[in-house]
Amino acid sequence: MRNPAKLVSSAASVIAVLGTLALAPVAVSAEESSVIDEGKKLAFDRKKGNCLACHQIAGGDMAGNIGPPLIAMKARFPDKAKLREQIYDARIANPNTIMIPFGPHQVLSESEIDKVVEYIYSL
Amino acid sequence: MKKIALLVTALIAVGILPIVANAAPEDDLKAFRAYFKKRFPDTSFQEFTNGNYAVGIASADKRAQWEDAEEFPPYELPLEKGQKLFETPFANGKTYASCFKNGGIGIRQYYPYYDPNTKSIKTLEGEINECRVKNGEKPLKWKKGDIAAISAYMASTSRGKAIDIKVPDEPEALAAYERGKHHYYAKRGQLNMSCADCHMYNSGSYIRADLLSASLGHPTGFPVYRAKWGSLGTMHRRFGGCNKQVRAKPYKAQSDEYKALEYFLNYMSNGQKVNAPSYRQ
Ligand code: HEC
Ligand code: HEC
Repeated sequence: MRNPAKLVSSAASVIAVLGTLALAPVAVSAEESSVIDEGKKLAFDRKKGNCLACHQIAGGDMAGNIGPPLIAMKARFPDKAKLREQIYDARIANPNTIMIPFGPHQVLSESEIDKVVEYIYSL
Repeated sequence: MKKIALLVTALIAVGILPIVANAAPEDDLKAFRAYFKKRFPDTSFQEFTNGNYAVGIASADKRAQWEDAEEFPPYELPLEKGQKLFETPFANGKTYASCFKNGGIGIRQYYPYYDPNTKSIKTLEGEINECRVKNGEKPLKWKKGDIAAISAYMASTSRGKAIDIKVPDEPEALAAYERGKHHYYAKRGQLNMSCADCHMYNSGSYIRADLLSASLGHPTGFPVYRAKWGSLGTMHRRFGGCNKQVRAKPYKAQSDEYKALEYFLNYMSNGQKVNAPSYRQ
């Protein structure tokens, strides 16, 4: 990923086009928010997701820039199942990707992936 | 047919096709150089030998810090020690010089090489230990310590000389080359990454806080003095570290696998000048 800035701006324009509709705040239950917190921990943990190695994520320090910044995920992945597929096995979208096949290589368990997806989807 | 070949070369050059087809080593070399030239238009061929401190890859700040470190480099002492060890006779009165062409001076650029007699790849560290054993001494431990110091001293006498590795048209030489090339491009470990993923396709990017260097020029500074190690280390020490990062089981230092990888990478650095030892963070 050589030009994250470009991606950010195109993601931003997607949001602009979709307007507030897609991003209208939805009430989040306490249960959901604890799942999101756990997902965040897993995503930031160097021994688990370590997503910051490659992606900028709000609130994460010293992020790498190999992959695109993870922002506005609902706009980029209207279909949550697609987002899960990307995190489960990035090779489906790009067979030559450097992104870790978290699911098939059992770097994260199924339930850990579910939590990470909830967190990423909240970004 | 010719058109297709041209197209394939062009696609490789612009980095669309990974270089995996069974091409002749010379063709691989051309494509490898072209890839990095295109990726880093502001970095000269020789400049790549400075790893992630190279102009066009490092920030000006990072580059300046490294230049400062190279003024009074922490490898001075181990380098002096290496020279002393190199010049001190064995119990039988002979020295390392007796085992090498030109007394071991100014020859690093020819290593590793394919030896037709044993039909195997010979590394500089490998021959340092062969020399010891031949003269009744115990072999040194690989990867760091005295062997890295001696190797660094020998390499330092080649500073400024261009790497000159041949892959002769013999089945065993080509097999070793292909083995190294395969190691370089193959995904490995639980994290499923190849050397090329980090040091080719994402060179110049940051992985977490680490700026990824280009493989073009990787070997010239070895053995390197790495602050994180607090000592000199050989290429095989680094290979093991990079294998572990992706949770792959590292091979043994001086295994056929790492010798082949070293052979491949040095061949890919042909024409670049030795600048060992180098300082790394
Ligand atoms: C070693 C690098 C690396 C790591 C670690 C990594 N990714 Fe990625 N990721 C990438 C790259 C590169 C892309 C761009 C698409 C591609 O090449 O597959 C990407 C793409 C994505 C995308 C799609 C973004 C878009 O808008 O198209 C998502 C979502 C994503 N990653 C989530 C994650 C999550 C969550 C983690 C951690 C659990 C993670 N990634 C860890 C490298 C990485
Ligand atoms: C997950 C990413 C990653 C992978 C995969 C990886 N490396 Fe590295 N490598 C690094 C980082 C980070 C450094 C330290 C910064 C730098 O010099 O690039 C490094 C440094 C090196 C260095 C030292 C460069 C210097 O100038 O001191 C060599 C040589 C090297 N790697 C070779 C390899 C080889 C060969 C492989 C495959 C067996 C490999 N690497 C796989 C991340 C990786």
